[in-house]
Amino acid sequence: MSESPILELQGLRKSYGRSEVLADVDFAVHRGEFVCVVGPSGAGKTTLLKCIAGLIRPSGGRAVFEGEEVSEPPARLAVIFQDYSRSLLPWLTVEKNLLLPLKKPKFPRATRARLIEESLENVGLSGKGRLYPWEMSGGMQQRAAIARGLAYQPDVLLMDEPFAAVDAQTRIDLEDLVLEMRRRLDMTVLFVTHDIDEAVYMADRVIVLSGAPARVARDIRVDLPAERDQVRTKNLARYGELRAEVFELIQAAKQAANTGRIPAP
Amino acid sequence: MNGLLRSLRLLVLRAWLPIGIVVAWWLVSATSTSFYFPPLQEIFLEIWNQWILGPRLVSDLLPSLADFAIGFFTAILLGTVIGVLIGRSAIGQATVAPIINFFRALPSPALVPIMLALFGIGPNMNIAVIVVGAIWPTLLNTVDGVRALDTQVREVTRSYRLTRWQTVSQVVLPSAAPQIFAGYRISLQIAIILIVVSEMVGATHGLGYQVIESQQLFRVTQTWAGTIILGVLGYLLTSAFLLVERRVLAWHVRMRIATGAG
Repeated sequence: MSESPILELQGLRKSYGRSEVLADVDFAVHRGEFVCVVGPSGAGKTTLLKCIAGLIRPSGGRAVFEGEEVSEPPARLAVIFQDYSRSLLPWLTVEKNLLLPLKKPKFPRATRARLIEESLENVGLSGKGRLYPWEMSGGMQQRAAIARGLAYQPDVLLMDEPFAAVDAQTRIDLEDLVLEMRRRLDMTVLFVTHDIDEAVYMADRVIVLSGAPARVARDIRVDLPAERDQVRTKNLARYGELRAEVFELIQAAKQAANTGRIPAP
Repeated sequence: MNGLLRSLRLLVLRAWLPIGIVVAWWLVSATSTSFYFPPLQEIFLEIWNQWILGPRLVSDLLPSLADFAIGFFTAILLGTVIGVLIGRSAIGQATVAPIINFFRALPSPALVPIMLALFGIGPNMNIAVIVVGAIWPTLLNTVDGVRALDTQVREVTRSYRLTRWQTVSQVVLPSAAPQIFAGYRISLQIAIILIVVSEMVGATHGLGYQVIESQQLFRVTQTWAGTIILGVLGYLLTSAFLLVERRVLAWHVRMRIATGAG
């Protein structure tokens, strides 16, 4: 982590007309880090992620990915979207879905099948490649979407509230899956979520956004043991402290937003 | 075995009434001496001897089918390609909208006199009429289907940096396929109507030509024969289309069944 950051946000701003969604967002992500971004609902987390992913152009400031300013979707970045049912293509099998982004000179034909197979294995979907997305459960579909991102061999994985649309049990499995995957493949992950428990459980750092217009309220280093466990980690006193800290920041952010909206007498 | 029995039962349910009507018609008309209502047996013989085993197969039936096919496939190909181009361009849509709306409202047979003047009598006119008349449902449905591409799917496509060709062929077209095929189905109906109408007015041979000519020469049996052939052909063409549609859209059909949604 002594080298320059793999991703850097410099004064990022985004407005839609007169509504300012992001105001001066500044932070950096280093190679190998797992960074979670949390904030109150509607704070602009998804907007932030789309600016980083090159899907939206910022109104001011910039996102710098691997030393280059982001103006279009970067090649070494993969995004996992929240709604898996609108993310995987229903006219293709899972295999073909994973294959589609690989049909580029960057991925020689001979290696594509192997990449797909390995990715499916990494997310626990071995042998399920011939299924169509709508033949699988929500959790499996999201795994398939993650597998597609992995097969793409990105340097950074952006995840936009990927587990918001699955049930709690599945969410637990998927959280641990992502952690395991990241450990094994040494991935850099930027993970947006509204779930505070999830953010503290998974992250090396938690970036708390203020309410709209969003800026970084605090950048918290999560000093929990690297080995995370759903029961042991969440029983640690330190986990509770960190969780409380994030919770209070978000409550304050919500308050500020609410107070700000009451018109002055 | 159960599936086979069910298919058989379905077949019988579907077939008994048409067969019943034909049999009734045969029996009722068998002793007919009316000039305009000849025995069905004679009509069938006419069909068999002239159109199936006879000269009209090559001189009229196949040419009509060929002209229809050229016209129809040109119409849907042009409609799809232009539809994709327009559907992906907001400026394109705004520019072309008034023109499209004018032509889609025009009843297609109304094109025939103008086409007759422009192309004269013959297959070129027939084909041109079909293309100009049948393109609109495909064009409009393609534009709608392309425009309706899910925004998140579009974002997924962009985030994975798919090329424009990949996006159109692998994402846009399959996504719009159900709607595009609905357009094809209507284009098919219009094409069938137009081949008949244009041949009745501006041809020197063909199925439509034979029907109108036999009527003008009071050859009633032949008029009946030609009309029945037209009906059967229309039915066969539509059935063939539905088979193809079901195959191409198999994923869509199965998905709707699996998810219980549209």
